[in-house]
Order: sequence, then C-alpha cells, then structure tokens
Amino acid sequence: MELVLAIAIGIMTSCGVWLILRPRTYQVIIGLSLLSYAVNLFIFGVGGLKSDEPPLLVDGVAIETLTDPVPQALVLTAIVIGFATTALFLVVLLASRGLTGSDHVDGRSDRR
Amino acid sequence: MALPFVGSILIALLLRTNSRLLPASVAGFIAATVAIATAALYPFVRNGGVVRFEAEWLPQLGVNLTLRMDGFAWMFAMLVAIIGLMVVLYARYYMSEDDPVPRFFSFLLAFMGSMLGIVVSGNVILLAVFWELTSLSSFLLISYWHQNPAARDGARMALTVTATGGFCLLVGLLILGNIVGSYDLDAILAAGDQIKADPLYLTSLVLILLGAFTKSAQFPFHFWLPNAMAAPTPVSAYLHSATMVKAGVFLLVRLSPALSGTYEWFILVGLAGITTLVLGAYFAMFQQDLKGLLAYSTISHLGLITTLLSLGSPVATVAAIFHMMNHATFKASLFMAAGIIDHETGTRDMRRLSGLLRYLPITGRLAMIASAAMAGVPLLNGFLSKEMFFAEAVETHADSWLDTALPYLAVIASAFSVAYSLRFIHTVFFGPPPVDLPNPKPHEPPHWMRFPIEFLVVACLVVGIVPNFTIGPFLEVAAFSVLGESTPEYSLSIWHGFNIPLMMSLLALSMGIAIYVVFRDYFSRCDDGPPWFRHLRGQRIFERVLVTLSWRWARSLEGRLGTRNLQPQLRWVTFIGFMAALLPLYLSGFQPRMIAPSGVDAPFLGMWIVGGCLAIGTAYLAKYHRLAALVMLGGVGLIVCTTFVWLSAPDLAVTQLLVEIVTTVLILLGLRWLPKRANTLKDELTFRARFRRFRDFLLASICGVGMAFIAYAVMTMRVPDAIANFLLENAYTQGGGRNVVNVILVDFRGFDTLGEITVLGIVALTVYALLRRFRPASDSMAPPEQQRAQSVFDEQQPDRDVGDTVRDYLLVPSVIMQWLFPVVITLAIYIFIRGHDLPGGGFSAGLTMSIAFLLQYLAGGTRWAEERIRILPLHWMGSGLLVAAATGIGSWLLGYPFLTSHSRYLDLPLIGKVPAASAMLFDLGVFLLVVGSTVLILVALAHQSVRINRIRAIDESREEPS
Repeated sequence: MELVLAIAIGIMTSCGVWLILRPRTYQVIIGLSLLSYAVNLFIFGVGGLKSDEPPLLVDGVAIETLTDPVPQALVLTAIVIGFATTALFLVVLLASRGLTGSDHVDGRSDRR
Repeated sequence: MALPFVGSILIALLLRTNSRLLPASVAGFIAATVAIATAALYPFVRNGGVVRFEAEWLPQLGVNLTLRMDGFAWMFAMLVAIIGLMVVLYARYYMSEDDPVPRFFSFLLAFMGSMLGIVVSGNVILLAVFWELTSLSSFLLISYWHQNPAARDGARMALTVTATGGFCLLVGLLILGNIVGSYDLDAILAAGDQIKADPLYLTSLVLILLGAFTKSAQFPFHFWLPNAMAAPTPVSAYLHSATMVKAGVFLLVRLSPALSGTYEWFILVGLAGITTLVLGAYFAMFQQDLKGLLAYSTISHLGLITTLLSLGSPVATVAAIFHMMNHATFKASLFMAAGIIDHETGTRDMRRLSGLLRYLPITGRLAMIASAAMAGVPLLNGFLSKEMFFAEAVETHADSWLDTALPYLAVIASAFSVAYSLRFIHTVFFGPPPVDLPNPKPHEPPHWMRFPIEFLVVACLVVGIVPNFTIGPFLEVAAFSVLGESTPEYSLSIWHGFNIPLMMSLLALSMGIAIYVVFRDYFSRCDDGPPWFRHLRGQRIFERVLVTLSWRWARSLEGRLGTRNLQPQLRWVTFIGFMAALLPLYLSGFQPRMIAPSGVDAPFLGMWIVGGCLAIGTAYLAKYHRLAALVMLGGVGLIVCTTFVWLSAPDLAVTQLLVEIVTTVLILLGLRWLPKRANTLKDELTFRARFRRFRDFLLASICGVGMAFIAYAVMTMRVPDAIANFLLENAYTQGGGRNVVNVILVDFRGFDTLGEITVLGIVALTVYALLRRFRPASDSMAPPEQQRAQSVFDEQQPDRDVGDTVRDYLLVPSVIMQWLFPVVITLAIYIFIRGHDLPGGGFSAGLTMSIAFLLQYLAGGTRWAEERIRILPLHWMGSGLLVAAATGIGSWLLGYPFLTSHSRYLDLPLIGKVPAASAMLFDLGVFLLVVGSTVLILVALAHQSVRINRIRAIDESREEPS
C-alpha cells in the first residue's frame, strides 16, 4: 500500500510541477490542483496508513488502534484553503486574460 | 528617577491643544520638573555613587530596562534639562502664530525624553534604542517646517546619516555585549582589558565609532549638520549644538574606560577629531549664513572634544567633559541670538546685516560675550577648556606624526575660530546701519525671549571667572564617575603663569585677528562656502551615493537577477524547494527505521494505475484540451477521495468530494472566458523551446522521484507518539465529540479554524471585487457557438421563438435538480448535526448547502435562478464570522480562555438525545461562512454571463451612432 501511494504521490507531483512550469495559465491552475492532491496525500500519509479504523470514538474500541487524527485535521484545513486559493487564482487568471487579452502567465506571449 | 522622563514622553503624546501658551507651559513645567528631580539626585551621586533602577524587559536576552545615573550622567542630564527649559522659554516667543505649536513642543519633549534616555541608560541595547529615538525626533524637528524643501532634504539627510550610524552602533554594541557576555553598562565598563584583547575589538570599535561620528557630525560625516539648520532656531540651539550632537562624544566618554587607550583608538578618533577641528573652523570662516557659521563652528568644537578624547589621558577626558558643558552654554546662547537677529531683521545673510548694535544693544552685547567665549578669550569659560586642550596637545601621548602635528594644528584651528567669532560680531553688530532689510525696523525682543541668553551668558562669565566655586565640584564628580581611581589632579584656575598653553592662546588670538583684518573684504564678498572646497560639497557627494545605491545599483541588480516572467521564478522556487528537501537528507544522512509495509491490495493498486494514467493525461492534455484535462483532473480527485475512504479518513473523503464538485463547476464556469486555440501559431519547436521543455521535464521528474521517495520513507516510519493519543483520549472527555477530527477543528484548534474561515471569507470578497469590474477579452465577447447554432435553429423553425431551445435545454435533469433543492438542504443539515460524532461537520455541510444553490443555477440558468432565489452571501458570511467569534468570546464571559468549549447532551422531545456542545455553535459559524463565501464566489462567476449580455448591449449601442 505504502509503495503504491508513494509512487502515486510521485506521479502527481511530477505532473503538477511540469504543469506549473508551463506558460499557459490554465495549465498552471490544473498543475496546482494536482500538486495539492499530492501534498495532501503526503501529509495524510505521515500519520501512517491504516484501513478501516477511522478516528471515531466508539465504545469498546481501543484508541491505540485508531488512525492518527492530526494529519487528517491538517489536511481538512488544507483542502478548504486549497479550494479558496484555486478559486482566487481562477479569477485572477480570468481578470488577467480579460485585461491583457492573453492567457500567458506573463500576460503576453513574446519574451522580452 | 525614571518618572520625569517617562512623564515627558507621555505628555508629549497627549499634547494636542490649539492654545499657544498651554503647550509651552506644559513643556516648561516638564523640563523644570526634570531639572529639579535630577538636581535632587545630586547627593546620591556626589561621592561617586550610582543610582540604579532596573526592570526586567527581555531577561532571556539579557536586555533589561536598566537606568543608571552616575556623576557624568547627572551632569549631562542637568545640561539637557536646563538648556531644555531655556529653549522652551525661548521657543515660546520664537514660534509664530501660524505654526502648529503643540506639535513642536510635543516633538521637543519627545526628544528630551530620548536624550535623557541615552544619558541614563544602564544597558547598551537600551542606549541604542534611545539613540535611534533621538535621530527620529531630530528628523521630525528638522522637518518641522515641512512645506520648505530645504527642511525636508535636510531632515532626510540627517536621518539617513544618523540612522545608518545608529545601526552601525547597534551592531557594534551587540558585538561588545557578546565579548563581555552582558549588555549591562557596568559589566562592559568593568571588562575593558578583556574587550581590548578580543579579536573582534577592532570591528566593534569601528562600528561604535561610526555611530558616534555620524551623530556628532565628525568628518567625513559632518555635512548633515549644516543642512539641518533648516530647522527652527530653538531646535538648532537645543539639538544641533547643545545636546544631540553631543550624544556621540558622550558615548565616547562613556565607553572610554572600555575602549580607549589603544593605538587604533588614538588613530581613528584622533584623525577624525583633528580633521573635523581644522576643517570645521576653516569652513566656518567662509559662511554667509549666520546659522551656517555657527553650525560649522559646532562641528569644529565637536572635533576638538573628539581630539581630546583620542588622547586617552585622564586630564584630556576631564577637559573634554568640561568643554562639552562650556560649548553647550555659549553655543546655545549664540544660536538663540542668531534666532533673535533672524526674527527681528528677517534675514540671516551676513552680507546684508550690519550695524545692528544700535537696534539690538542688549542682545548684541550678550552675543559678543558668548562669541568671545567661543573664541577662547580669557575670563570666559571657553578659555579654560581651550587652555586645557592646548596643554594636552603639547604633551606627547602616542609618538606619531599626528601627535607631533597636533599643537600646530590646534593653534591654527583656534586662530580660525577667533577669526570667525570676530567676523560674526563685527559684521553683524558694527558698521553702517543696514539697508534694505526684509524687516526694516528691528528692535529688542521681549525680555523673556532674551532671558535664556542672559542666563547662559552669565553662566559663561561665572564659570570663566570663578571656575572652582561653580562648575568645579560637579566636574570633579563627573570626571570621577568616568575615570574612577585614575582621576587626575588638575587645576581650573585662570592663571597658571606664563607657560606654553598661554603663549599658544595668545598666538591664536593674534593670528585670528590678523586673519580677519587681512581677509575681511574677501569674507564679505565671497560666495557661500570656502575657496577650493566650495564645489566639493558633502551634500552633493551624499546625494550621488544615495542615487547610486538606491537607484542605479538596484536597477542593475534587478536587470541582472530579476525577471518579470513567472516561469523562471517558478522554476527557481521549485528548484530551491527541491534542494531544501534534499540538503538535510544529504547532510545528516538517512537512517531507515522501517516498519513492515502493509500488504498491497490489488483493487487499490488498480485504482492508482488508473489514477496515475489520469494524472499524466491531465498534464498532457491541459494545453489544448482543457475540458478533457478537467475531466481527468476530476477523475484523479475522485481517486484521491476513494483513497481517503480506504485509509480510514471519512471526513477527508466527504470534504474532498464536495470540494471537487465545487472546484470543477468553478473551473467550468471559467472555461468560457479562456481563448480558443490559435490556429495561426505553428507548433514548430525551436531548439530553445525543446531545451526548456527538457529542463522542465527533468525538474518535474526529479521532484516526483524525490517526493515518492520521501513519502515512502515517511509512511514506513514509526509515528512518534506526539499528540495523537492525547487528542484521541481527550476528544470525548473534554471536547464532547466522538469524531476526533471534527473536535480538533472546532475545539482543540478552534482558533486556527477561525483564522481559516476568515481567510476563506477574504478570498470570497476578493473574488467578488475582482469580478465586479471584470471585462472579458474581446474574442470571448461573442455568444458561444452552441447558442448561435440554437438561435439559427430557432429562427428556421416557424413555430419557435429565439431562445426557446436554450430554455428547454436539459429539461428533465433541470426539473429533477429543482426538486432536489430541499433534499440537498436537508442533507446539509443532517451532515452538520452529525458532525460532532460522525463524519461531517461545518465545512462539509456548508459545501453541501452551497451545492444546493449551485444546482439551481445549473438547472435553471443564471437568470432563472437569480430571479427566484435571493441569496445574500455577504449576510451569511458576516453572520458566520460573528457567530464563530461570539462563541469564542462567550467563554470569556464565563471566565475561560478564548474559545473554550462546553458540551452536554440535550434531550429534545421527538428527536431524542442531541449533542449540544458550544463547539457546535462555533461549527455553525463555520457552516454559515463556508456557505456564504462559496456561494459568493460561484454566483459572482456565474453572474458574468448575465453581465456580458449587458456589456454587449452597451457596446452595440455605442457603435451604432458612430
């Protein structure tokens, strides 16, 4: 499981990094989303992988067996903030495209 | 002891009256109180005692609010207080009706407080703080007449020079403190030998000297002082002759037990001092501005004090302290006299002034005595300290050419000073009556305006004639507090017999008179500034340096290192991020402490094979096939979501799923405004483009591999038992919830969540603000292709109107979605309520709720939805934030820290047992805010399609008439 998840995180990171280095704003926003998946999964993975033991307190279940809730709380925050930044970036992207007429990250396609 | 000084700052801050008399009297009262309080401390310091006051400030850094007053500090504090009192009295009459008088006195008091702070600081860091405060208040006072550009420039220059020096001083003092191991002044003074033996001694010495020299206007930093003369004259008298510029030499005296006596000290301090002494006196002779002359003379006298200090002998130190006091008295009175002349005649240009003695008989005579003291005429205080200076100059201290040359240079500088004193008096007060003065009828000022001058001049006389009965004991106390046991025997009497110093004095006097007589005509005709040096202005050089530093170098650095393109920046960020992760691993090595990885689940593997392909597909297609890329991205998101479920994180899964939906819809809404593929652009790859792609690909690959490696390593390591168990154990007992993740969010880390929802609200508002003025690019203005095709179809069918097809679009799904509205809202409420015990909570409920609204927009179209549902996202957001904050504040009312939560179960009829923690109320705030901001973002974006029609209509109507 760990190996699969680690490779998955690696692939998503690669794709994300590749995309944020591209010149089109849309590529960058998609790349950021991919990167945030990777990072969220990474933070989540720090707590260790356990199947079927959610951090819900049920009578009669020893708490030692439950998954670490701290990374989950962190990731929950990260997801929401990620959503906010994506929305903000999208709108900045649109406004920049409206103002400059170009969807290049620098607002113009030619290199100066 | 700290009281008057704290009080003066406090009242300075409170002063905001319109009355003219009140601020002056308050300031005078404060100054008088300080003077009396300081005087009252004399018995404590008389016998070499030290008054200390200590309060802890930053004890862990060794920085305490230590105030200490010994004899020297006492003397200086008295000087600051008494001259301050005189200046306040003088300024009361000097300032005109139109000036904002309260501001002036408030700044003046602030300065007084900081200057006293320097004097009585017992901790070097505290001293540096007060040091900067004097620079600041000096800046404010110089720029008091801020409508005058010269005042602004002078103030800026003074601040730049002295603040740079202050920074050097701070660094120097920090080094000093590190050498000694304490920032306490007493400890530093006691560790002189240790300091001098330290390898960092020279560095620290140079830095401290930089601070002292900039403050005391020593060559080559002297140029700011003449420019600071744009300040009101009371300020010049107080700050720029009597006190602030003395701070530098004060510091040198203060630290001389710790620093002086080495060859480096002698060379550095001596060279600066002698150069300043001679050059200042030389420049002063050629000034045409009264205050300019006095300013250069101040520089020269400060140079004299510095030179004395460089010698390092005890008698020289005594002479330096003595001369500080003497100079303060006669120079302050001269500045005030110059101020009266300026006030009465309207000009300070010596070429226009003459024969004023007949109009200003008393002021004139007072000024004459004061300048005689400045010139060092016998029977006045200036003579005594100058004698001591000559005596010291003749003696050899450190055998070098500098020491040999000193007596001659001293005599020359002294002759210059005689010449300029004579010139000041002779030009201004003698000769024919002045013609074409701006203010034709000068007359004596009110008596109380003249009183400070009288007082100070009397002080000059009394000290000059009977030194042993007046200043003698105080000087001895001050000298003892600096020098300790090595306080020398010295004599303050006027007559020591015919010895070399007296001969030097007489020689200087006669040379000075000769210079004046010979060059008199030249002085009165020449331009401002001395010959040869006239064009070599310190000010000009200073401005050049500033321009070079802050403009040219900055520009070239930006041109070379900076880029306005995003891609190189991101490339660097990524690269540095990668290196930042790699470096610690490389440096400290990697020790695997593996636990056995859990077995691979085949479906999980299969799912992620699909996920990996989708991710790569997204990356590949994002350039030209945006929709496809978005669909694939959604696929990856879903797989991430499933992973969360699989690995026992139901909360994350729910939130991820909902966020995924909202994000996808958002981007879909945005897709409309992005440009079409430009077919004219050839997709030929140049070599450079290929190289760039290869480089990026390489970077992406190594980042991916590195991330995979670290992720694997982290996941297979045992998790240290940090706080997880604490949270798991206490979630129910203290937080009252069984869903630990939710309890963490709304209870244990509630403050973070409060911050987070605030961020979310700000983002929503920003999005809204950005979109209010949004104007799409011209090529996205036209209606989309599909709509046009539908309109064409409508027009062709005889039984249909234009717009019918759009309305009927997706009719069945839209009806279902409309019916789902209440169902989704119910679901949201359900998710919210169960959140504390089961997966769910404010975030997911809020997102669900906003999806309910979103569905209506999707189903009926923007216009339909806006006609029927009136959502007030701003109200939702506001109430959400208020509820969350109020929940936190509520615990204050009950006497607990912010955001403490309370929980219990309520038995409601029909529903049964319901958890009711106060955290739930907080969660309600989260819910409201999430709904508000998400809906605000979505609606703002969706609304663009309505707005665009309006913009299009406006554009068309504008085009038609033309």
